[in-house]
Amino acid sequence: MELIKKTNIDFIGMRKISFLASGIMAIIGILGIIAIARGTANMGIDFSGGTEMQIKFAQAATSQSIRDALAKAGIKEVELQEITGGNQVLVKMHKSTGKSADQVADALKAGIPGNTFSVESSTEIGPSIGEKLKQDTLVAVALSMLGIILYIAWRFDFKFGVGAVVATMHDVLAMIAVFYVMHREVNILFITAVLTIAGYSLTDTVVVFDRIRENMHKSLKDPMITIFNRSINETLSRTIITSVTTFLAAVSLFLFGGEVIHDFAFALVVGVVVATYSSIFVASPIVALWEKHAVETKAEAA
Amino acid sequence: MKGYTWRISLILIFIIASCVYLTPTLVDTLPKWWSGLLPKDKIHLGLDLQGGTHLVMEVETQKAVEGSLDLIATDLEDSLTSQNLRFKKIGRLGGDKVQLTLYDRGSADKVQALIKKKYPDLETLPVFDEGGFVNMQLRINEKEAQVRKDRAVAQALETIRNRIDQFGVSEPVIQREGLNNIVVQLPGIKDPKRAIELIGKTARLEFKLVDETVNAATAAAGSLPEDDELLFEKRTDPQTGAVSETPLVVKKKAIITGELLTDAQIRIDSQYNQPYVAIEFNSTGARLFDQVTAANVGKRFAIVLDSNIYSAPVIRERISGGSAQISGSFTEKEAADLAIVLRAGSLPAPVKILQNVTVGPSLGRDSIHKGLMAGLIGVLLVVSFMALYYKLSGMVANLGMVLNILFLMGALSALGATLTLPGIAAIVLLVGMSVDSNVLIFERIREELRLGKTPHAALDAGYDKAFLTIMDSHVTALITAAVLFQFGTGPVKGFAVSLSLGIIINLFTSLVATKVLFDAFLDRVHVKRLSV
Repeated sequence: MELIKKTNIDFIGMRKISFLASGIMAIIGILGIIAIARGTANMGIDFSGGTEMQIKFAQAATSQSIRDALAKAGIKEVELQEITGGNQVLVKMHKSTGKSADQVADALKAGIPGNTFSVESSTEIGPSIGEKLKQDTLVAVALSMLGIILYIAWRFDFKFGVGAVVATMHDVLAMIAVFYVMHREVNILFITAVLTIAGYSLTDTVVVFDRIRENMHKSLKDPMITIFNRSINETLSRTIITSVTTFLAAVSLFLFGGEVIHDFAFALVVGVVVATYSSIFVASPIVALWEKHAVETKAEAA
Repeated sequence: MKGYTWRISLILIFIIASCVYLTPTLVDTLPKWWSGLLPKDKIHLGLDLQGGTHLVMEVETQKAVEGSLDLIATDLEDSLTSQNLRFKKIGRLGGDKVQLTLYDRGSADKVQALIKKKYPDLETLPVFDEGGFVNMQLRINEKEAQVRKDRAVAQALETIRNRIDQFGVSEPVIQREGLNNIVVQLPGIKDPKRAIELIGKTARLEFKLVDETVNAATAAAGSLPEDDELLFEKRTDPQTGAVSETPLVVKKKAIITGELLTDAQIRIDSQYNQPYVAIEFNSTGARLFDQVTAANVGKRFAIVLDSNIYSAPVIRERISGGSAQISGSFTEKEAADLAIVLRAGSLPAPVKILQNVTVGPSLGRDSIHKGLMAGLIGVLLVVSFMALYYKLSGMVANLGMVLNILFLMGALSALGATLTLPGIAAIVLLVGMSVDSNVLIFERIREELRLGKTPHAALDAGYDKAFLTIMDSHVTALITAAVLFQFGTGPVKGFAVSLSLGIIINLFTSLVATKVLFDAFLDRVHVKRLSV
């Protein structure tokens, strides 16, 4: 079976559209980062500090009744999120409320009589941990970007290294953009998904780069854009197939992996899609234009 | 490439080794002949999968430094008194100094000499006059303070380990993290609240005399004599659960402290059926207790734990023999826990809980179940897709993927790694990614076949040309996985471990394992068309 026959699509030629689309994504992503830095985004308590509890009731309890019970005990500013299946609810409080998991449990016991519940999980995180995690995350992202740029610069050349990192940054920003717009929670698992996709996106990009390098050695006379286009077309089949298999795995995690990793799996699904897109439409066009510019300036100088 | 015997042997060895390493994980009770030579490590389940509590605690090390300065001040008071050197006041000043207020410069020199001899590590600041008195300050320098802080954390770690051991938790993890933090993991714990109270209690036990000359009910903090303090005795009514507080004025200076204990046991009072804690002093403690009780018959002696008065019984007679009891309004569980913390010793400084993650056992089971389900479905989807798309070759890739999972699980077992829910997610994700190398190779082979090469030539060319690409893509993926491993904690670390191992193993299965299958097949059977 063959889904993709020999193609001859002018990917680099589509750069006006793709750069515009990516640019918009990147801007939303940057807005998302600003919101994260200012703490106005939907932050997980591992970053903001606070208390989160997953509570399972014996009988259905409405959000309003839970809210009322908590308010009676002086616990306001609570985020409630119903979890599909089994009368479960997620209670989230940021550090400003300063209420502990025990207080919530006591309040519910007193405020909703006749309905027993069990605390499936509870997490309390002090603000200093969140601060440290933020710093560690920044260092981790910076380190991995640096490692990648160095490795690719060594294996290919500097332009490719920059192209790869720009494509990876694009994916990171796109994932943040999607989470920001959909108001999904940014927590440590999301960061893990982002870094994983960064690795995946690079794999995709490196495969295309490899073919470009091979073709550059093979046909020295062809114009740069032609070589790049041909390389992307030649690897297109592989890019799509690998994306499909990884996508299938990520989707099964998303659909069947359970509540705890639901958002994490969602980030992976989004990431696989944007990573595939970026290795075709972002990484190579950047290097192609740069190379072309370099060749032209050299020709002018000569 | 003809020599494929060694490659097949290598694969077989890996398969056998993985199975051997996986046995302890999969089999509940190992057979008897599974002797000492064979591995016993199993894949541990993370707290998110088996339920339990993960705590990060900060030792308030500054308090430990202040505590040791307080001790120095008390010790100096005693030495100066015993040498008949008169002083007005000795006490800690701020977080790093002890100040001595003396009456005249003459004694200052003698005191200075004494301090030099007793505390060579302390820095003495120049003497200065103030309000007709002579002030002398000792300062603990950065380095010395750091040594004390460091020791406090090490001591706290040891004490917490003792307490947990006595409390009885199977396979706890108690580690120091960074400069001041201690990480405690208690898998499968049933009553996390009680455990946290037990671990986090400073448990500084002090015996202080009650100052009966001051009326506690009217005494405000400002009007107290300088060497007194106001503490409260909390009593919980066992029937109503109402808490009442009785104020008591006690001497600031503790006569006896918890360090002088040798044992603490829970007992039940046969008369009132009330639990209490029986304590035993060491010889120094016994002597002190004997002296103090003899000198203070008729007065009250407050038993203070972490600045809360447990009880303040009247000393009816001189107590020698070195045993005493702590009674108060506590339940049997509370008394048992109090005995544990007294036996294990006090923490050198209070600890603050920075992070407390508790997962119930049912949620953990649910997570395992769902993770495995998602994995199974993912594998089925990928396997069907590959078989459909690449036919026989796709099945070879699928076989490679199954080997991948087997080797990865074997490696996780061998390393005694911890599997977390994100770790399971990494394995599922790897299922999708692991066929990538084979996809790369197959696409190459198809290209070579299109150029008119024979199946075997196309196969070799496909593997050769894809080799560098596969290396490059794996190394870059490994860089990010390594960074994740380096900075991640708990679940994230589990994810990084699975991911990095998976990437390395994948390199082997795709470049060696699947290739040898093709080679063996093509050498034996003369094929005209490659099923790819």
